[in-house]
Amino acid sequence: MTAGLWQNWVLPGIWITLQLLIASAALGALVAFTVGTARTHRSRAVRFLAGLYTEVFRGTSALILMFWLFFVLPPLVGWQLVPMWAAILALGLCYGAYGAEIVRGGLNAVPKTQREAGIALSLTPWQRLRLVLLPQAVPEMIPSFCNLLVELLKGTALVSLLGVGDVSFAAYLVRLATQESGTIYTVTLLVYFVIALVITRSMKALERRTKANLGVVTK
Amino acid sequence: MNWDWAAVVDFLPRFWDGLLVTLQVLVLGSVLSFTLGLVWALGFRAPSRFVRWPVHAVTEFVRTTPLLVQLFFLFFVLPEWGVQFSAMTTGTLAIGLHYSTYTAQVYRAGIDAVPAGQWEAATALSLPRHRTWLTVILPQALRRIAPALGNYVIAMLKDTPLLAGISVLELLQQSRLESAATFQYIEPLTVVGVAFVLIAYPASLLVRSLERRLV
Repeated sequence: MTAGLWQNWVLPGIWITLQLLIASAALGALVAFTVGTARTHRSRAVRFLAGLYTEVFRGTSALILMFWLFFVLPPLVGWQLVPMWAAILALGLCYGAYGAEIVRGGLNAVPKTQREAGIALSLTPWQRLRLVLLPQAVPEMIPSFCNLLVELLKGTALVSLLGVGDVSFAAYLVRLATQESGTIYTVTLLVYFVIALVITRSMKALERRTKANLGVVTK
Repeated sequence: MNWDWAAVVDFLPRFWDGLLVTLQVLVLGSVLSFTLGLVWALGFRAPSRFVRWPVHAVTEFVRTTPLLVQLFFLFFVLPEWGVQFSAMTTGTLAIGLHYSTYTAQVYRAGIDAVPAGQWEAATALSLPRHRTWLTVILPQALRRIAPALGNYVIAMLKDTPLLAGISVLELLQQSRLESAATFQYIEPLTVVGVAFVLIAYPASLLVRSLERRLV
């Protein structure tokens, strides 16, 4: 492999993968916390809608959703998404639905008395969520979110099928250019492995930090 | 909005062909991942660290890298090494291998959850090693992990469209071919997307009821 292939394709590809990861993780987190808390809402209708969202987006395949947003939405509604945005939207919506289940589980795992104490102190529902429930629920969610983030990283490789120039797409181009697959695909797999390693390590640190804030000491 | 039911009807023959391929990949991939996962799980418990360590490293690597890239790796690199498989075989192998690293963790947890007393009882009855595994430990472990394995089968189903990337004629690829032939882009892909929800949701209900009954 020549230096030109590295500089023009592989390195920008890694950067695009990271951008995709960060943007869709941000969107996914927004979706997860909104839908996840909606699933613990007192109104039945809100719970039902949030449940419907989770089942539909967890039920379908991320790749099909991506293709759908990219190929079906334009003729259906008349506007076209840039491939990068279609990818971010599909990944964020899909993995957000998985995240919503984590948020719901985390909130439900907070002892019931905490909620009651919040009511007794006449906190508003929003204050109760922000000051009482989430600070206790979030540290418990972190290991699951760490796994989901690695899943999301692996999901970003799907965008290469839409022609977004991420590192998998770069690998495809390099393969065509050099007629040689072994090296570039090994390198690509290693790139993903290293990014995943960084994610798991930093999430471990984050878990320790958030637990320390609660006064729980971990080794 | 211009939905055309005629296009849906035209797509149906291809749809059933694609569904058949998807289900074939799913069944064979599940069988492969269940067997290979058990092999990995036994490797985790091997007495020698020269077995344990490589098994951990390999499964961790396969688990944290994308299935799509693994598919391309097997599809493009294996022929360079002189091993030639059809696209469908490659796809099934890749999906089975990828998910075996997940099922390995499930098996590990299931085996660890069998109470120590069961092992001791097997020793006390001086059962040979293979009978301890086959008649005491695994039956109890499998019962506990059946729902978790079921969840991975559903996850595997949702990953089968990736095989379109190496031109396996499963549902997504069939819908793309249909669109390319008829210029109907809306209906085939929507039908396939809805089909996945319609298969995955009842399957997840089934797994949930399994969970209530077995665990």
